[in-house]
Amino acid sequence: MRDLSLHILDLAENSVRAKASVVAIGVKVDEGKLITLTIKDDGCGMDAELLQRVMSPFGTTRTTRKVGLGIPLMAQNARLTGGDIAIESQVGVGTTFTATLHGDSIDCLPLGDLAGTVVSLVTANPEGPDFVLECASPKGEMQFDTREVRQALGDVPLNEPEVASWMLEAIREELEPIFGGVIL
Amino acid sequence: MKSMAELEAIRQRTLQRINLRKEDQNENIRVVVGMATCGIAAGARPVMMGFMDEINKRGLSHVTVSQTGCIGMCRLEPMVDVYLPGQEKVTYVHMTPEKVGRVVAEHIVNGRPVTEYTIGAAEENK
Repeated sequence: MRDLSLHILDLAENSVRAKASVVAIGVKVDEGKLITLTIKDDGCGMDAELLQRVMSPFGTTRTTRKVGLGIPLMAQNARLTGGDIAIESQVGVGTTFTATLHGDSIDCLPLGDLAGTVVSLVTANPEGPDFVLECASPKGEMQFDTREVRQALGDVPLNEPEVASWMLEAIREELEPIFGGVIL
Repeated sequence: MKSMAELEAIRQRTLQRINLRKEDQNENIRVVVGMATCGIAAGARPVMMGFMDEINKRGLSHVTVSQTGCIGMCRLEPMVDVYLPGQEKVTYVHMTPEKVGRVVAEHIVNGRPVTEYTIGAAEENK
């Protein structure tokens, strides 16, 4: 993966597959440049045995193939910076994935286009789940919740191109003062 | 500043188009982007955003963009399937945002697949 937003997109797809109704994505950068990524869902959750398996590249819930690289790739990129990942999960309650990365490490990936990640998730899954993006840095914080967009739109689906383009601009506008203008 | 009031305007503009589309189900075109780990790593997201952008610009209300998982040909990602009503699906491989414009103009709008971007062409040249 070229940047962290692509890892987030990939991992949030796991939450979609776990039949979550709300997926909360958190990106926090503190003053010491420690980056904390969280993906919290209220999907089906995993038992201890599956939780062990998903950490390995050779663990997956898929039946067509024997590899699942989403989590191992994220773990590798987090560990390269001196950070790590953690997964908390409870069957029937949901899963919280956390990755910590040291932003001042030369091996740390850039944040990437978080707005693009959220809009791709929404476009690909217009019927739900809903997505919440919460970002914070010493410069400020923002929150974007697709439930608000859904409510404002009524019968209009969230994957209408015009809606997608509005969301993209709305999120980018709020992110810029927090993480700076560089997104790609 | 983007406001919720703008969403209300979009809602009113779009509602009419959606009703038209419902009456015309058979004419709908589907664009399906592979968005598993392999697709995302190879650049599927900008491709998907490229399709959304192009469809928005051209006001193609009968086209929907959706996603699928990994179909096992990871080396050909980003892959995109285009379904035109009454025609066999066309699979494009090694897609880029730059290729999206041609696929939309020639295939989705004018009904002629861009043969050189398809999986058939990619496998022949191997």
